[in-house]
Amino acid sequence: MANPLNAFEKRKQALQSLKQLRRPNPDKQKTCPACQATIEKKKLMSTFYVCPHCGHYLTLGAKRRVRLTVDKDSFKELGGGIVSTDPLDFPEYQEKVRAAAEKTKIHEAVLTGVGRIDGIPAAVGVLDSRFLMGSMGVAVGDKIARLIEYADRRDLPLIIFSASGGARMQEGILSLMQMAKTAAAVEQFSENGGLFISVLTHPTTGGVTASFASLGDVILAEPGALIGFAGPRVIEQTLGEKLPEGFQSAEFMLEHGFLDAIVERKDLKKALSQLLKLHGYRSQAPSRSITNFLPGGKDRSKEQNFTDRTAARDADRSADADADADSAVSADASDDRFIAKQIDPEPDLK
Amino acid sequence: MAGKKDAKPNLTPAERVALARHAGRPGTAEFIDALFDDFFEMKGDRLCGEDGSVLGGVAMFHGAPVTVIGHRKGRNLDEHLRYHFGMPSPEGYRKAGRLMAQAEKFQRPVITFIDTPGAYPGLEAEAHGQGDAIARSLARMSRLRVPVISVITGEGGSGGALALAMGNSVLMLENAVYSVLSPEGFAAVLWKDASRSAEASEVMKLTAADLLEMGVIDEIIEEPAGGAHEHPKAVFKKLDSAISRHLQLYEDMNGSALSAHRCKKFAAMGKRYLTNLDIEQDL
Ligand SMILES: [Zn+2]
Repeated sequence: MANPLNAFEKRKQALQSLKQLRRPNPDKQKTCPACQATIEKKKLMSTFYVCPHCGHYLTLGAKRRVRLTVDKDSFKELGGGIVSTDPLDFPEYQEKVRAAAEKTKIHEAVLTGVGRIDGIPAAVGVLDSRFLMGSMGVAVGDKIARLIEYADRRDLPLIIFSASGGARMQEGILSLMQMAKTAAAVEQFSENGGLFISVLTHPTTGGVTASFASLGDVILAEPGALIGFAGPRVIEQTLGEKLPEGFQSAEFMLEHGFLDAIVERKDLKKALSQLLKLHGYRSQAPSRSITNFLPGGKDRSKEQNFTDRTAARDADRSADADADADSAVSADASDDRFIAKQIDPEPDLK
Repeated sequence: MAGKKDAKPNLTPAERVALARHAGRPGTAEFIDALFDDFFEMKGDRLCGEDGSVLGGVAMFHGAPVTVIGHRKGRNLDEHLRYHFGMPSPEGYRKAGRLMAQAEKFQRPVITFIDTPGAYPGLEAEAHGQGDAIARSLARMSRLRVPVISVITGEGGSGGALALAMGNSVLMLENAVYSVLSPEGFAAVLWKDASRSAEASEVMKLTAADLLEMGVIDEIIEEPAGGAHEHPKAVFKKLDSAISRHLQLYEDMNGSALSAHRCKKFAAMGKRYLTNLDIEQDL
C-alpha cells in the first residue's frame, strides 16, 4: 500500500504543474483584472483592450492609445524630451521616474504630439496612468501647455485623453501651479476659437479634473471611468461611511451634467472624427511632414478681427521669444527650437 | 513679552503649519473689517446655492471700490461647522466667479484672501462638480481684465486655495503655508502614514521663504513674534500698505496687459526645473 503522505505530495505536485501550465504566458497573454480570464494579447488590439469575457476596460498606455486613435503612421511626438529636475530633492523620486519611463516608454506621464484622425490633423495629448499615476508635475504641465499653444498657432483642434491621479506630490507646490498654467492655456486657446475635446478615462481625479480636463468644449468619457476631484478614500474618511455604488463614475458625472457623452472605446475614434468635422475641420492629404500642415485645417480667416487683445497677445509672444533668447536655461527652449528638435526629421525642412 | 518682540526664533516648517492654523489667527472676515470700509457682502452663485465658506462682496479700499473675496473658516465652532472650516463647495467657487465677473464689468480690482485646508471633499460637492468649479475659476482668473492681488493669510491647501489665488501679485504672511496638499495628506499619499506630517512639512517647501525663492509668491508680509494673532494690528498695517503698493504697480496696465501679465507669471512657474533630454529618436 502506498504511503498516503506520498500520494498527497504527488497530487500536490501534479496540481502545481497544472497551475503552471494554466498561468498566462506574459508575452502572449494577459489576465483580466476584473474577471481573471486569460486573454490572448493578439486579440486585445481588435477588442480595443476591452476584456472579451466581461467587458472590463483594461488600462491603455499612452502609446497604445495613440495607436488606437490616430491614423496609422501619422503621429509625430512633440516635446518628448521634456522632463523635470527634482524641485524638492525628494527621496527616491528620480529612481521612480526612471522606472516609470522604462515601463511606459515615454519620459513623462503625458505623450504629446500631432497626428491625423480620419485624415484630419489634430494636436493630441495622452496621459499615461502607469507613469506615477499619470500625475501632473512641472514637465507634464509644460508639455500640455506647449501642446495647447502649438494647436493655437496652427489652428489645429486639440484632443487630450486624461488618466491621472492629479497633481504630482513629489514636485510639491509647483505641481499645483501647473493647474493654473494649463487652465490659462486652454482659456486663451478657447478665446482664439480653438476646439478642445477632452476625453476623460479611468481615472481622472484631483488637479487634472480641476484644470484643463474640465475645460473642454466637448467632454467625453469612457464607460465606468472614475471621474472626480477628491479621491474616494478621502471622501469616505470625511463622511465616515462607504460611498454609494457608482459614485464618481462616468455615468454619475453624465447624470450630473458634467459630460457631453459616454463613448465606448471602440467608437471613440469615430466620435472624435465626427466632432472634428462638425466643427469645420477637414481632412488633408497626408503631407511629408506635419510642419507642412496648412495653417488652419479650418478656415477662420473671415472672423479675424485684430482687437487690442490680439495685438497684446502678439506683443506678448514676441516678448516671450526675446525672454527665451535671453534665457540661459536650456530647458526653456523657444518653440522653434522645441519643434525643430523634436518633430522635424527631414533635413530639407530645417 | 515686551521688549522681546523683535527677537524671532527660527521656526520649523511644522511650527509654521501650527501657527497658520492657530484658532486666534485673523481670518478673511477680520482682514476685511480691518482693511476696508463699507464692505457689502454679496451672496449666492445664481445657479442653485449659497456657500458661506467663501466670503465676498464690494468694499472701499483707500477710497476706491474693490471686490473682495476670501475663504471663511468662521470664528467659533458653530461657524466652523457651517463653513466647513473654510473648505468651499462648488457653489462657493461659482459665487466667487460671479463676483469676479462683476469686478471686471465695473472695472474694480479684485483682492482675494486665501485660508483653506482645501476644497470640501463631500458627496454633494462632487455631485455638483468640484473639479469643474475650480477649473472654471482658474480659467476665469487667467482672463480677468482688472488687477488681482491675492494674499495667502493662513493655510493655502491644494486646488481649493489656488482656485482663488491667481493674482497678478501673490502676497503671503510670514507664517502662512501654501502647498500641493496638507502635510497630513501628503504623508498619507506618499508614505501611507498621515502621522508623519511634521516630516512632510520639512520636505514640501511650503513656507513663505521657500515659495518666494521658487517664484510662487512675490512678497512676504512680516508677522510679529509669536504669530499674527499676537498683534493683528501690526499685520493689518503692513498688509494694507503692501496691497496698496501692489495695486499701484498695475495702475497703468490695460485689461489685456493685466491678463497677459497673470498668464505669463503662472506659465513661468517651475520652468527653471525643466530640462530637455537630447533624444535622437523616439523611445
Ligand atoms: Zn474580464
